[in-house]
Amino acid sequence: MKKIYTRPKSLKTAAFHYCPGCGHSVVHRLTTEVIDEMDLQERAIGIPPPGCSVFAYNYFDVDMAESAHGRGAAVATGLKRAFPEGIVFTYQGDGDLAAIGTAETIHAANRGENITAIFINNAVYGMTGGQMAPTTIADQKTTTTPYGRDVKIEGYPLRISEMLALTRGAVYIERVAVNSPANIRKAKKAIHKAFQVQLDKLGFALVEVLSPCPTNWKMTPLESWQWVDNIMAKEFPLGVIKDVTEK
Amino acid sequence: MKGYIEIDRERCKGCEICIFFCPNKDIALSDELNAGGYLPAHFKNSDCSGCGVCALVCPEVAIEVYRG
Amino acid sequence: MAKVLMDGNSAIGEAAIRAGVRCYFGYPITPQNELTEYMAANLSRREDCSFVQAESEVSAINMVYGASLAGVRAMTSSSSPGISLKQEGISYLAACELPAVIVNMSRGGPGLGSIAAAQSDYFQATRGGGHGDYRTIVLAPASVQELADLTQKAFDLADKYRTPVIILGDGMLGQMKEPVEFRRERPAVIPVRSDALRGAKGRPSRIVKTFTSNPATLEEINWSLFRRYQVIKQKETMSETFMVDDARLIVVAFGSAARIARGAVKSARESGLKVGLFRPVTLWPFPEEEIKRLAKKTRHFLVFEMNMGQMLDDVKLALEGKGEIEFYGRTGGVIPTPSEVFRVISRYYYQSGLKKAK
Repeated sequence: MKKIYTRPKSLKTAAFHYCPGCGHSVVHRLTTEVIDEMDLQERAIGIPPPGCSVFAYNYFDVDMAESAHGRGAAVATGLKRAFPEGIVFTYQGDGDLAAIGTAETIHAANRGENITAIFINNAVYGMTGGQMAPTTIADQKTTTTPYGRDVKIEGYPLRISEMLALTRGAVYIERVAVNSPANIRKAKKAIHKAFQVQLDKLGFALVEVLSPCPTNWKMTPLESWQWVDNIMAKEFPLGVIKDVTEK
Repeated sequence: MKGYIEIDRERCKGCEICIFFCPNKDIALSDELNAGGYLPAHFKNSDCSGCGVCALVCPEVAIEVYRG
Repeated sequence: MAKVLMDGNSAIGEAAIRAGVRCYFGYPITPQNELTEYMAANLSRREDCSFVQAESEVSAINMVYGASLAGVRAMTSSSSPGISLKQEGISYLAACELPAVIVNMSRGGPGLGSIAAAQSDYFQATRGGGHGDYRTIVLAPASVQELADLTQKAFDLADKYRTPVIILGDGMLGQMKEPVEFRRERPAVIPVRSDALRGAKGRPSRIVKTFTSNPATLEEINWSLFRRYQVIKQKETMSETFMVDDARLIVVAFGSAARIARGAVKSARESGLKVGLFRPVTLWPFPEEEIKRLAKKTRHFLVFEMNMGQMLDDVKLALEGKGEIEFYGRTGGVIPTPSEVFRVISRYYYQSGLKKAK
């Protein structure tokens, strides 16, 4: 028999500190598979956020630098401008990219910065214990919306990817999920394409990943993977949001 | 049988996702705790096709798949 | 090279280009826009260089962080409220041992304040400014020539000690025009720092961070930074004296205030008062040893600043109770004249009985 699946080379062997069923673990694996397949391990430079994935550098075997909360797009801009040969990617959560980092994200996209943004949307602030995120669903209970998100007070879930698609510098934006074999395969293709856009120097590329957070959603891993389909994907539809790369 | 998998029982966190998605129901939860305090997944080795879906979904990269 | 007439802000820009800066990230704010515009005109089209007018001062400092990660000389500039916005980013630069140059052409505060020159960012600049225990080197030029010279020095110090360096000017220095000579040419080849993050080719992957879940590790990082600060204190302190040898009263002032004080001291000397001027050039590290030496000649010091008394604290700390320290300050963007300061010197001199002293 032939071994048909093994750990990606650019994924370090340390055991993940993420919770059972967490989407980060899957996305780390997919991203390092893509880095291997595209032979980018020696060129990639990653900017993880504060958040559960602050320790991403313990897993990605590429150059990595921590960023202040929300500033990943600005750090990546400076890095890519100073060293255009690098393949610069940010790995950001929903608060990081769409709350505190909204300005940096929109303007990096608007300028068409040639970077790849991997945006992990789990509808909650994970590391800090489960507070509301911009992408928290209406009526969803979090630690700062204990009675459920009231859209009249807290606003509606923010569809940042659709907003970013309006900037002319963003050339490829797709929303995927990592909660089923079919979705995971599509997610990997999207991540692959987002790096290809950078290699082809076409502009700003972003993949939004709907990611299960069993602990803060107070569900079992399996229940959380199903909640992504049943609830999250209804608010945040999966699919290509923008793709002008063929022009 | 066309396939075979190896589950690293110490990496496994017992999320049961592989169990749910295995088309041949060839994985079950073990009844012995691992060092992390989880009940890890256990390969029953009765009807594996080597499809690789378990490794595709496994968050912990705890599964290696053989086919042939 | 011949002298050119240039405003201070533009002189910083020209000096930075000659120092080999590759990236400038900034945001408009009065009174430093001439610098941002100079870089837009003169850096943006250079090969291997980048100018970005960022969406905010917060974004700009984080772009500097990114460019510094890539091993190139990078800078940003702003004025007081914008520098407040940069504090988080400066803390990160200091923590991650990344060189950068930050220019503050300060203005009246607090709040939106005024657009005229003031010196009320001394504490912000010299006490770290952002969160955590760290310091940045702070250089305080007092002329357009010194703005140019200290800009070059700022980049050299930043790279040498892998730390952010602040150039603390003010709106008057930034917008006035004086003759300036640029003594260095831009290097033809600009090396990249050896610790740059440029992809793990031929070496293990690198991580730049300070976050740790182990407090003891962070404590050691803090100690390591402070050991470096000790070296900087020993080697890089700069100050200047003017007519202090037989002075009975020494005025202490920095930046534009020192220019004004110098005129006042000259007037005082012409009136027969034995007055001198001590001008710190590095505000951090503060020239404590030099002031202690001056305190052996005389006990009387008059601290003059364009704020409510900030360098005053450092003078008091340095003198450790050995001195009579008086303070005179104007703030909010008010710029006093040398004759006003001379009247203050004169009044203090007579009231302290210094005219009659041996």
